[in-house]
Amino acid sequence: MAPEEICKLLKTEFGEAIEDAVVEGGHPYVQVQPGRWREIAGFLCNDARLWFNLLRSITALDLLADNKLACIYDVMCIPLDQGAELVTETCEFAVRVVVDRDHAELPSVADIWPAADWHEREAYDMMGIHFADHPDLRRILCPDDWVGFPLRKDYEFPLEYHDIPATTEYELPNPRH
Amino acid sequence: MADTVVQLESTPDILVDHTSGMQGDLRTEEMLVNMGPQHPSTHGVLRIVLRTDGEMVLEAVPHIGYLHRCAEKIGENIHPYQYVPYTDRMDYLAGMNNNQGFAIAVERLCGLEVPARAQAIRVIVCEMNRIASHLVALGTYGLDMGAFTPFLYCFREREMILDLLEAICGARLTYSYITVGGVHDDLPIGWIDRCGEFLDYFEPKISDYNNLLSFNHIFVKRTSKVGVISAHDAIAFGLTGPMIRGSGVRWDLRKIQPYDGYEKYDFDVPIARPGGTDEIPHGVIVGDSWSRYYVRVLEMEQSVRIVRQAMAQLPDGDIQAPKLKNLKLPDDEVYVEVENPRGQLGFYVRGDGSAIPSRVKARGPSFCNLCITQAICKDILLADVPAIIGSMDVVMGEVDR
Repeated sequence: MAPEEICKLLKTEFGEAIEDAVVEGGHPYVQVQPGRWREIAGFLCNDARLWFNLLRSITALDLLADNKLACIYDVMCIPLDQGAELVTETCEFAVRVVVDRDHAELPSVADIWPAADWHEREAYDMMGIHFADHPDLRRILCPDDWVGFPLRKDYEFPLEYHDIPATTEYELPNPRH
Repeated sequence: MADTVVQLESTPDILVDHTSGMQGDLRTEEMLVNMGPQHPSTHGVLRIVLRTDGEMVLEAVPHIGYLHRCAEKIGENIHPYQYVPYTDRMDYLAGMNNNQGFAIAVERLCGLEVPARAQAIRVIVCEMNRIASHLVALGTYGLDMGAFTPFLYCFREREMILDLLEAICGARLTYSYITVGGVHDDLPIGWIDRCGEFLDYFEPKISDYNNLLSFNHIFVKRTSKVGVISAHDAIAFGLTGPMIRGSGVRWDLRKIQPYDGYEKYDFDVPIARPGGTDEIPHGVIVGDSWSRYYVRVLEMEQSVRIVRQAMAQLPDGDIQAPKLKNLKLPDDEVYVEVENPRGQLGFYVRGDGSAIPSRVKARGPSFCNLCITQAICKDILLADVPAIIGSMDVVMGEVDR
């Protein structure tokens, strides 16, 4: 199914919950309301016309200029009733959900796609997006006592961690000068 | 040192049930065992906290992040050309494939056309790297299962591939050879012949590995029916690469969304088959650890086929796209996945009109493959944990990035 058709289908099913649709460019996506994201995720995963059963990636994005954070969910369809035949046509799509930086909370989709579990933990760890009803939301790459969310654009690099001094590259003398 | 035993505060007296095959009156108690981060069979700094009861593992919780180097943050501060060496350090056993994934993402974002010769060279080096990576997977998996000899055989052949790749770019693991817009040097004179000689030497060796390890009775007994993942679960947990093909799903991005001219080559996508069919040993079921292992063996044969075809039809011409100086990234975004030896490696790159991306995200196949650990390492024997982790073939550099 082409991106235009997917957008059209989602718009007829969910109406105003689809805030924006970008079908041009290298990464077609729809932007949906955070409040109805779970409902739409269930539709994407289980509807026989779409069947986006593979959650490929969750990319957290900092939109500092708009004072927003975003999550991009990249999904793909793997037909299971293929038998021995190799699938040569595929369908992929993306959904973007935008939330306020001050109140960055999204519903978890870990029960719809179990793959979302670690991706959501990573988005929480790196960007500070809270996922409601996540089974085990804690930091995944950084230590549990880390302060701040490193991938936010206004993140300040710590100058020490447990008495281990740290420098940022801006403080190092530049050997070229 | 490696395995520290922590006693739970309250240790309930549990009578082991008869179904687990142990003595009924044996009193055991639950223990938390740290497997890793420094453990020979976790292939890097992976720490798994096991809740054990005697020989049984009731729960296994993986803890990652010991190798985290902020690769994505670095990507937001430097030019894409400068970022290519960082992609090597993600999956350090398949540097070429990682370079390729990032290069393709930036090329799609900027609309760059890669010359046909550069594409063919990319396919050759990536498939050679895939063989080298699978050889490590095979050898170390044998090592985990107590077979030392196949490891030496695998590394002997891998060494030759590393020599070939070193002749191309001077590095043995962190190549940075595939750059945005092409490859950074042409093949050395005589390299095609050397590579052809190696393939002639290597192809019969695959049956050696099969005789030594794949069809070894002990190895089959240790790995068959262990860590079974159904096709449905494999997709739900986002597994890709040999993990999903080991569960019987014929899914390979090189066929489904061909990139860098993969559509020009004739190759098969091997998947797991049940025991008893053809050469598959009895007792093997689709989705078990042995199937995942054997898919890698079959993939090496296909990689040899691809390299042979690519070398035979290697076109002349440029190895770099023109007009690469002062490359600016348009105000757009792209998400591209390529088939890495471990699965689908994705790169999300977002430009904002300047030369430096505003966001780089890497979707590591090992990261996604590892997330099923907790779901399948439940109520199994302790000795099966290395069998399952080894069959995933994770590279921690890419899990932690």
